[in-house]
Amino acid sequence: MQFFSSAAIPFTIAFIIFLGLYRGVPVFDAFLSGAKNGLKTSITILPSIIGLVCAVSMLRASGATDLLCHGLSCITEPLGFPTEVLPLSLLRPISGGASTAVLNDILNAYGPDSFAGRVASVIAGASETTLYTLAVYFASVKAKQTRHTLLAALLGSLFCMIASVIAVRLFLS
Amino acid sequence: MLNYVWGFMMIAAVIVSIFTGNLADVGTAAINGAAEGVQLMITMTGLVCLWTGLMEIAEKSGMILGISFLLRPITRILFPKLPPKSEALDAIVMNMSANILGISNAATPFGLRAMQALDKRNNGRARASNDMCMFVVINTASIQLLPTTVILFRTNSGSAAPSEILLPIWVVSAVTFIVSVILTKLMEKRS
Repeated sequence: MQFFSSAAIPFTIAFIIFLGLYRGVPVFDAFLSGAKNGLKTSITILPSIIGLVCAVSMLRASGATDLLCHGLSCITEPLGFPTEVLPLSLLRPISGGASTAVLNDILNAYGPDSFAGRVASVIAGASETTLYTLAVYFASVKAKQTRHTLLAALLGSLFCMIASVIAVRLFLS
Repeated sequence: MLNYVWGFMMIAAVIVSIFTGNLADVGTAAINGAAEGVQLMITMTGLVCLWTGLMEIAEKSGMILGISFLLRPITRILFPKLPPKSEALDAIVMNMSANILGISNAATPFGLRAMQALDKRNNGRARASNDMCMFVVINTASIQLLPTTVILFRTNSGSAAPSEILLPIWVVSAVTFIVSVILTKLMEKRS
C-alpha cells in the first residue's frame, strides 16, 4: 500500500505522457499551453491568497485560534476530533482559498505527521468547498428552490470530516 | 460571504490581541503573512503549472473521454431518468472526469453546462429537479485522485511521508460519495 501511495504521482505523469505520445499529441507544446493557463489562474488567485494567509496568520498570532480551539475542545474531545483541525472544517465548505491558508497554517503549527496534521490533510484532500459550489451552480439556472441540496451536501461534508478522523486512526497509526 | 468571513477574521484577530497582549505579534503577523502568502503562491504556481500542463496533454490524448466512458454505468444509477445520449448526461460525465483528475478549470464549465441542460429539461421551473439536486451534491462530494496541493504542503512543512495520506483520502472520498448519494436519494422523496 505504501508503494501505491508513493507511486501514484510518478506513474500518473508517466502514463499521461506515454498516452499522449502514443496518440500523437505534441506533448511538450500541449504542456506549455496548459501551463500558461495555470500561470494565469495562479496570478488571478494570488491576491485572495495573500489576504487570507494574512488573516489566518493574524488570528494565530493574536491567540484567537488557540482560544477557539480551547473553547470548543469540550465538544470535540469526547468525539475524538482533533480540535486543532476545527478552523479548517469551519472554513472548508466556504472557500478554497481560506482552507488552503488554514491547512498551511495547521501543518506548520503542529507538524504534517502529527495526528492533527494528518487529519487536516485528509479533510483538505477529501472534501470540497460545499457552499461555494452550491452557490455557483444554482446561480447559473432558473431553478432557485434548492430543496434538500444544501442539507444533503452539508451532511455529506460533516460525514467526510468524521470519516477522515476514523480513516487516519485506521490507516496511519 | 467571504467579505464577512474575512472581515470578521481580521477584526477578531485585532480585538483578541488587545486582551491577550499580543498586539505587537499581530502587527508582525500581518506584514509577514502578506509575504508568506506570496511565497506560498510561488511554490503553488509551480505545481499548478505542472499539473495544468500535464492535464492539457491528458485532455488532448482523450484521457478525459476514457474516464467518462468508465463513469457511464455509475451515472445510469445516479440519473436514471436521463437518456444515455443527452446533452445533460454528456456534460455531467465530463464534469465528473475533470473533477477526478483534479482539473477544476475544466470541471466548472462542464458543470455549468450540465446545470443549464438540466434546467432546460426542468422547463425552467423554480423548483429544482431531483437530477439537479443530485448533480450539485455529487459535485460537493467529488473524488479527486491526486490532491497534489496537499502533498506539496506536506512536503514543504517537512513531512517524512508526504503521500501517505493518499489511501485514507481515497477511502474517505469514496465512502463520502456513496453516503451523499444515498442521503440525496432518501431526501428527494420528502422535499
